[in-house]
Amino acid sequence: MDIRTGLFYLFSLVLLFAAFRVITARNPVYAALFLVLTFFQAAGVWMLLKAEFLAISLVLVYVGAVMVLFLFVVMMLDIDVAALRAGFWKHFPIAASIGALIALEMAAVLMGGFRPAEEPRALAAATAAAQAGVQFSNTKELGKLLYSDYVYPLEIAAVILVVAIVAAIALTLRHRKDSKTIDPSLQVRVKARDRLQIIKVPPTRPAQPEPAAAAVETKA
Amino acid sequence: MTLTLGHFLTLGAILFALSVVGIFLNRRNLIVLLMAIELMLLAVNMNFVAFSYYLGDMHGQVFVFFILTVAAAESAIGLAILVLLFRNKDNINVQELNALKG
Repeated sequence: MDIRTGLFYLFSLVLLFAAFRVITARNPVYAALFLVLTFFQAAGVWMLLKAEFLAISLVLVYVGAVMVLFLFVVMMLDIDVAALRAGFWKHFPIAASIGALIALEMAAVLMGGFRPAEEPRALAAATAAAQAGVQFSNTKELGKLLYSDYVYPLEIAAVILVVAIVAAIALTLRHRKDSKTIDPSLQVRVKARDRLQIIKVPPTRPAQPEPAAAAVETKA
Repeated sequence: MTLTLGHFLTLGAILFALSVVGIFLNRRNLIVLLMAIELMLLAVNMNFVAFSYYLGDMHGQVFVFFILTVAAAESAIGLAILVLLFRNKDNINVQELNALKG
């Protein structure tokens, strides 16, 4: 058993344990922190698979951005955990059996189904680089592919990210109804007639005749 | 005993199954549901990277890159909706989301 296999089992065990804790942790903050551990271990496994750029970007994007977002949201909300966990273990037997079924079926198919691909086939670019005596860079290869064959999907991905930013801000933006802020530009532009209304009031009121009383008198 | 493609695919399968169990268990807690979806995407990405390595094809890693992008957008919008939901209903219980029931 070489060191690569040992590292794979170490990363896998910690990853699966952390994933298990993510779905069973009582406190959502702990779940988010265990999800961080899961992503770190996955980055380690991807390092074993020689996908360095993706491993680093997993740590940067997920651990650095998405999980911080998760933690912010978890800590911002005042969640009644006890109510959410009512009947938590009630469906555990059926859930565990379905999960075990999925894992076993997929493992049976996958372990048996990919015999031809047992040996890692070296990338053509890697062998070419080795023959030329230069360092092979995973990031460089990925960049070449992204900015040549996949340049339109890359731009679409950028648009998707912009749309996500706009959507997230538009969804959570709110104007407080009870705030007493005033707009300075409106204050500057105000005219006297907007604020002041001059009403002409006669100094003396003309005497009113009393027709009702006169009618009563004539009837009597 | 050397590592084969099956090892990595099995790891992805177990991770996927764990997140399915997580969706079963946390069917009330919306925030842990989102985390379980992230785990599922991670399992899928694991398969892509493993195939990319063992078949000698960089296109799998490009695909993982795009999945990461879409997953980040998805979790940002999902969390925004979650915050909005909490602001309106004061809890995140999935069982009480029946306003669209009719």
